[in-house]
Amino acid sequence: MSTATPTTGTYLIRQASVLGGDAADLLIREGVIAEIGADLLGTPAAAGATVIEAEGLVALPGMVDLHTHLREPGREDAETVETGTRAAALGGFTSVHAMANSSPVADTAGVVEQVYSLGKESGWVDVRPVGAVTVGLAGKQLAELGAMADSRARVRVFSDDGICVSDPVLMRRALEYVKAFDGVIAQHAQEPRLTEGAQMNEGKVSSVLGLAGWPAVAEESIIARDVLLAQHVGSRLHVCHVSTAGSVEIIRWAKARGINVTAEVTPHHLWLTEELVRSYNPVYKVNPPLRADEDVQALRAALADGTIDIIGTDHAPHPDEAKACEWAQAAMGMTGLETALSVVQHTMIETGLMSWADFARVTSFAPAAIGRLADQGRPLEVGEPANLVLVDPAARWTVDPAKMATKGRNSPFAGRELPGAVKATFFRGHPTVLDGVLNTPYPGSAS
Amino acid sequence: MRHLLSTEDLSLENAVRILDTAEEMAAVGEREVKKLPALRGRTVVNLFFEDSTRTRISFEAAAKRLSADVINFAAKGSSVSKGESLKDTAQTLEAMSADAVVIRHWASGAPAQLANSGWIDAAVINAGDGTHAHPTQALLDAFTMRRHLAKLAGTSSIGADLTGMRVVIAGDVLHSRVARSNVWLLKTLGAEVTLVAPPTLLPIGVEYWPCKVSYDLDSVLASGVDAVMMLRVQAERMNDSFFPSTREYSRRWGFDDARLAKLDTLGLKDTIIMHPGPMNRGLEISSAAADSPRSTVLAQVRNGVSVRMATLYLLMSGELRENAPAAGTTPNETTLNGTTLKEFA
Amino acid sequence: MSSNAAPANAPRVVLSAADIDRALTRIAYEILEANKGSKDLLLLGIPRRGFPLAQRLARKIAATDPTVDAAAIVGQLDVTMFRDDLAHQPTRAPQRTALPASGIDEKIVVLVDDVLYSGRTIRAALDALVDVGRPRAVRLAVLVDRGHRELPIRADHVGKNLPTSSSEKVRVRLDEIDAVAGQEGTVDSVIIEAGA
Repeated sequence: MSTATPTTGTYLIRQASVLGGDAADLLIREGVIAEIGADLLGTPAAAGATVIEAEGLVALPGMVDLHTHLREPGREDAETVETGTRAAALGGFTSVHAMANSSPVADTAGVVEQVYSLGKESGWVDVRPVGAVTVGLAGKQLAELGAMADSRARVRVFSDDGICVSDPVLMRRALEYVKAFDGVIAQHAQEPRLTEGAQMNEGKVSSVLGLAGWPAVAEESIIARDVLLAQHVGSRLHVCHVSTAGSVEIIRWAKARGINVTAEVTPHHLWLTEELVRSYNPVYKVNPPLRADEDVQALRAALADGTIDIIGTDHAPHPDEAKACEWAQAAMGMTGLETALSVVQHTMIETGLMSWADFARVTSFAPAAIGRLADQGRPLEVGEPANLVLVDPAARWTVDPAKMATKGRNSPFAGRELPGAVKATFFRGHPTVLDGVLNTPYPGSAS
Repeated sequence: MRHLLSTEDLSLENAVRILDTAEEMAAVGEREVKKLPALRGRTVVNLFFEDSTRTRISFEAAAKRLSADVINFAAKGSSVSKGESLKDTAQTLEAMSADAVVIRHWASGAPAQLANSGWIDAAVINAGDGTHAHPTQALLDAFTMRRHLAKLAGTSSIGADLTGMRVVIAGDVLHSRVARSNVWLLKTLGAEVTLVAPPTLLPIGVEYWPCKVSYDLDSVLASGVDAVMMLRVQAERMNDSFFPSTREYSRRWGFDDARLAKLDTLGLKDTIIMHPGPMNRGLEISSAAADSPRSTVLAQVRNGVSVRMATLYLLMSGELRENAPAAGTTPNETTLNGTTLKEFA
Repeated sequence: MSSNAAPANAPRVVLSAADIDRALTRIAYEILEANKGSKDLLLLGIPRRGFPLAQRLARKIAATDPTVDAAAIVGQLDVTMFRDDLAHQPTRAPQRTALPASGIDEKIVVLVDDVLYSGRTIRAALDALVDVGRPRAVRLAVLVDRGHRELPIRADHVGKNLPTSSSEKVRVRLDEIDAVAGQEGTVDSVIIEAGA
C-alpha cells in the first residue's frame, strides 16, 4: 500500500466524553476520524488499533491559538519554533499563529515562508505565520500583505502586535486592503501617546506604587475608532487581548450594530489583577497590563456571552535576564501555552460560566474561523481531520516553569495549583502527546 | 522590621520607635565626640543608581556616627549603566558581606525587589525609588514636625505622635515619592493631610489615599494649617503640558511672598514652611519664604542624619531584628525632665 | 527538709524594702567617706534601675550634707550603644543620657547600677563615659553583686554580695519603675528566681 501522506497509525480512543457530553469511542485512522460509536472495541474497523483508555477524559477539538510569540527568527534565546510548538502540543494545541514581531519582522513573503517551513519541519502543530501590517512594524507604510497572503504560508491574519497601528489612515487602508484576500487585521489596541512610559494599569494601585499609569482609555479609544473604521470600509477587524470592561462594552455595542468585529482575551486577563504588581515582580508585567477585578469579571462575562469570541494566549516567552531586573526595565509578557487550558477551566468552567462545548468554541472553532483555517477547529465528526485533545478535568497540578517545554520561565502562575491536564494531543491523526508527556512529532517532519 | 521600604506598612509603634530613637541619636550630634560604637565592624553599602549627593552624605554621616564601615557604590557610570542587572549588582554586594544596603534608584520598586528577591541577605533601606517612596525623608519630616509641636506645647517629644496636626503638601504630587511617603506616615501618626496641586499633577487613584485633595492653595491656607510642605516642581514639566507656564504655576500653586504675608494676616503665627530640597526658588517657593523664621529647611537636613542613624541602628543591631521596647518610655523619664538636669542634647 | 518548706525553685526574696534602704544608707556613707566629703561628687545611674538608685543615694547624701542639692549631683548614663552584644541580642532601644549641668569633667563620678554580674555593662559604661567627658576618677556602686564576672571589674561599694548560680535570675524591683498603679505599699525588693 502506498500513499502520498505518511501513515499515522490507527488509534481507538475508548469512552471519552465528547465535548463534555456522552462517552463514546473514536477511531482515528490515516489522519481522520474514521468512526465514532458507543463501543467500537472488537469491531473489524478497530482491528490492530492502538487502544487509548479515555474514560473520565474529555475529548475536545485541538486548540487553535491566534496569538503566539514563537520568537524565531531572531530571538532564539527566548524561544524557537521547535520549543514553542512542543509547548503548544503539551498545552493541547494543534495550531498556533506565530506573531510577526520577530527579527527580521515577518513583513515579507520570505520571512513568513521561513516560519511556515520551520513549523512544518518541527511537526508538533500547524504553524500559521501572522504577517506584519506595516513594514518593520514601523507604522509608516503597508507591508506586502498580498504577497504574504499568496505565499506558501497563506497568511490571513495581519498584525503589528506589540505595537498599535495608531495612524487612523493607515489602519483604514489596511482594513480595506485585506478584503481582497479575505484577511483580517488583528489590532493591538494601545494609543501610543496615552501610554508613553506606561508600566501598569492606571488607578488605585499605580498611584500608590509610583508606576506610570496605563489608562483603560488608551485601549478603549482605539477599539472605538477601529470598529467605526471597520464599519465604514466594510471589513473584518479582530481585537487582540481585550483587557478592560470598557472595551467589552464597545465591542458589545459594535456587534449589536452588525459590525464585523471579533475579539480575544488572554487566560491571564481572566484571572490575574493589578494587585499582583504590588510585589514589583516583573513576571506580572504584561501588555496590556493586568487590570482591576471589575475588568476580570467583565471579561469572563463577555467570553461566556460571546461578546469576546476567543481565547488567545499571547504566549510571550522571555529569557530570565529580561525579567530579573527593575520593573521599568523588564520585558512585557508571560508564557501561556502550557497553562491556557487549565486557567480557562479554572476561571470559566469551574465557575459555571461555560461548558466544555463552549470551551471548544472559544479555543478551537472560533479562532480557526477567524484565521480561515480549513482543517483546524473542525467538529469531532466522522471524516474530519483528527486534530483533537484528551483532557483529564479532575487532575490537579502545580505549575513549575522549570519543567515546561517552552524556553520561557516567565509564567505568572508559577507555584499555583491548577485543574485539568492534557493527557493526549492528536495532530492530524498522530499523537504528539501521550500519557501527558511529549510523544513524537508528526511523521516525516525533521525534528 | 527587617527592611525599610515604604511608610505604607510602617506601624504607629514602629514609627514612634524610630522617631524616639532619633531623638537619642540627635543628642549624639551635639556632643564633642559625635560617634557611637554601636555598628562597629558592620558594613553599610550606599548603592546609588541615581545622583543624590545630599541623601548619600546624610546616610554616610549617619552610618559613620554609628561606627559602621561605609562603601559608596555609585552605580551611575559604573558597570550598572552598561547593562549589569540589579541581580548581578545585588550578588556582588552579598559577596562583599554587606549588612545593610541603602539603595537609591530611579525605578519604582527596585528596593522592594532587592529585599524580596532572595539575592541578598542584608537589610534594605529605601533611600528613594522612582516616584514611589522615600521613607527616611518622610520620617525626618515627621521628626521635624513633632519637635515643633513639642516646642510649642513645652513638652517632650518622646513617645508623641502628630494627632490633630494639619499638614498641607503642595506641588507635583504625581511625580513625588516624598509626598507618597508623607501621606501614609503622617496619617499613621494622626495628622490630617491635604494635598494641593494642579489636577494634572495628581495621580489617578489619589481619591483612595488617606488624605484630602484640593486645587486651591489659598482656601486651604485660610482654613488653618500647622505645616506647609512645598514639593519641588521641575520646570520641564511645562513642556509636557502639566501646566501652561512657570509663571502661572507659581502664581496659583507656589508659596510666594503674598502667601507668606497671608499667614500673618490669618493669625497662623506658628505655621512652619517645609521643603525636602533642593528648592527651586521663585518657582514653588519664594526666597523670602525659604529664608523666613518659619522655614524648617535646614532643620530638616540636620534631622535627616538623626533619623537615618535611628533607622540604621534599629535595622542592623539585633540578631533577630525583633521589635525593641520603645525608647525613652522609662517611668523615670518625667522625673528626669522634672529635675534641674540639663538634657544632654 | 521540713514539709512546709518552700519548693526549691520558688522565687525567694533576698532583700526586703528595709534591707534595700539600709544598704543604700550604708553605701551613701561609704561614698562620702571614700570621697572625703561631697566635693565634686556626681552619681550617674545606668538605665533603667540604676538611675532611681542614684537618685536615692543623692538624697541620702544631701540629708547628711546640707550643702548638697540632691538633684544637681545626679544624672543618667545610657550604655546601650556601647554594649558588646548588640549584634547578638534583640534590638535594644537607646535610653536618654542626661548629665548634671556641671558636666563631668574633673568630677568624681560614681556609676550606680542595680546588679553587677558579668561586668560587661560597666565596661560599656566606661566607654560611654569617655565620649561625654573626662572625670578625675570613676567609682562603682551596686545594690547587688551576684558574682560570675567575665571582665576584670569590681565594685567599690556593694549593698549585698549574693552568691548565685548562673542559671538563676536576680530581679530588682523598685517603686519608681515597678510600682503597679492602684496598689498600696512598696514593691522594693530583690528576688532570686530559679532558671528554666
